[in-house]
Amino acid sequence: MSADETTITTPGVAGPLTEDHRRVLRDLSAVERRPGAPKPDAILTMDDVQRRFGGMTAVDVDHLEVQEGTITALIGPNGAGKTTLFNLVTGFDTPNSGRWSFQGKSLAGKGGAAVAKAGMVRTFQLTKALSRLTVLQNMLLASPGNPGENLFLSWLPFTWKKHEAEATEKAMEILARFKLDTKAADFAGSLSGGQRKLLEMARALMTDPTMIMLDEPMAGVNPALVQSLLGHIQALRDEGMTVLFVEHDMHAVRHISDWVVVMAEGRLVAEGPPESVMKDPAVVDAYLGAHHDTDLGDDALLDPAILARLEAEEENR
Amino acid sequence: MDEFLRIITQTLAELIAPTTAAYAIAAIGLNLHFGYTGLLNMGQAGFMLLGAYGFGIATIAGAPFGLALLVAVVAGILFALILGLPTLQLRGDYLAIVTISAAEIIRWVGRSTWLQEWTGGASGLQGRDFKESFHLLSPLPDGRTAIGPLEYINTGSDSWWTRIFAWGLVALILVFVWLITRSPWGRVLKGIREDEDAVRALGKNVYSYKMQALVLGGAIGAVGGVVYALPLAIAPDAMGRTMTFFAWTVLLLGGAATVFGPVLGSMIFFAAYMLMRTGMRSLTANTGLGDVITTTNVEQIGGMLVGVTLMLLVIFRPQGILGNKKELAFNVR
Repeated sequence: MSADETTITTPGVAGPLTEDHRRVLRDLSAVERRPGAPKPDAILTMDDVQRRFGGMTAVDVDHLEVQEGTITALIGPNGAGKTTLFNLVTGFDTPNSGRWSFQGKSLAGKGGAAVAKAGMVRTFQLTKALSRLTVLQNMLLASPGNPGENLFLSWLPFTWKKHEAEATEKAMEILARFKLDTKAADFAGSLSGGQRKLLEMARALMTDPTMIMLDEPMAGVNPALVQSLLGHIQALRDEGMTVLFVEHDMHAVRHISDWVVVMAEGRLVAEGPPESVMKDPAVVDAYLGAHHDTDLGDDALLDPAILARLEAEEENR
Repeated sequence: MDEFLRIITQTLAELIAPTTAAYAIAAIGLNLHFGYTGLLNMGQAGFMLLGAYGFGIATIAGAPFGLALLVAVVAGILFALILGLPTLQLRGDYLAIVTISAAEIIRWVGRSTWLQEWTGGASGLQGRDFKESFHLLSPLPDGRTAIGPLEYINTGSDSWWTRIFAWGLVALILVFVWLITRSPWGRVLKGIREDEDAVRALGKNVYSYKMQALVLGGAIGAVGGVVYALPLAIAPDAMGRTMTFFAWTVLLLGGAATVFGPVLGSMIFFAAYMLMRTGMRSLTANTGLGDVITTTNVEQIGGMLVGVTLMLLVIFRPQGILGNKKELAFNVR
């Protein structure tokens, strides 16, 4: 199976395949390679989603299913409508028409907060780490169901101290995993761009999401940190979460995604496993002009020697 | 020398004056709006005036003190709901525009002849009509008491009882606000202040939190209005835009998003304001300065200096006296 091969042979990124991941890849290998193909276990399903800005149709998606337990990449040239689609599905924008459901429940017309509560949590292209709160406060803010966030209980600390202590413990565990635990007491504004991306991802994890939506997680991140970000994203999937991410960085897409959805001019133009979809004529067409003379999956960064050098540079900063 | 002592005594007296307490309370409410949630309420005087009217009209109608205070709080809550329902969905600046106009509407309706029967029109409500229930509550014996250079009657308009009650309320509200702002609820507000979308993406109902902050801060503002009216009368023209800007100066001077900022700010502001005016008045009357500035101009110059102070504060020390510079040092937008 070709998808298998890619993930296994990627140095530095892929760990050993989990049983679940094997099953998911097996399921995906049977899926048709065409836009809007039905999947055996779709966690997110969209139908006829349209968003127009004046006369311009930014998003016009007839049908899209996202398979549960996978890392699905949403790619496409600039202005393809990827982020708009993201905003629509996560309740940060209102479509002109369309419906979509998450885990069988319709989320159409729900606001951003309701979508997050349903278990679909997103991050933003321009990182939204709250810089005037400390790193730990950022994490605690995300903890769901905190009784102290109710105004009527907030002035009675004994009603929320227990939840707060448990949330702090959980937050520190997650921060340790993202190597941010030593920064817990610092204002998030003092973090570097890459660390803010990590914090945003860590914060999203605090909400115990079933699905995590990442809007350009690698944008503006130091190449050495990209590697660790990719590892974290794979770890999310291996823990059973579904990941949908928008990305421009093609080698990131190629080496961690299980399935790739390509958009151009608001429509889906192709779907498939990463290595085959990039050879799809529709995709080459979509990118022509922007990327036609570059290898969509540039391997240079995966050379261990180059990586080691970049990592050393990051250490010495 | 006597003149000098008189000026110092008057300045000291401002530190514990009921008006200082009233502004401290109003600024605590404003702090919930602006300091913690980032809501630009430019109409805190409207909340205060409405609270004063609610208290005064209810008392004149025969309500006991506690009920009249409750009416004032409910008036503040309703006003906040009416303002917040349409505007909190919009960008922050709109709230500023709406609140400043709404406060003016309250004032103009109050001073119009339309509701004169209840509001007393432009001349407002006389103190003697609504103060009795408050004075009856006083546990102090009759007579006067002097503490150091400060001497007031025990019970009355400008009395120790008014001061004890006003500052007791300040303390109570301060403890409450301290408790809620250090709680997870306060943390959500601080998150909203910085980036609504980030908080929304974590599953919090941002609109509801903003509404809670607006309502709570407005209700506190209404209580401030009652405290303001207790030693004086309820005059709509005394509770207009100037009052809002004084409340803002008090808040920014003390430090937004700090617990004690509004109280410290109010004390320093009114003491300095009094020192400046009495000092200038004395100088114009007794020295050559009187040839340049006439005594009648002192009030106007005082007002101008407040405006200049507010500008200098925002430009050079936006965090105020107590504010955390770090908390405000990162440019987020």
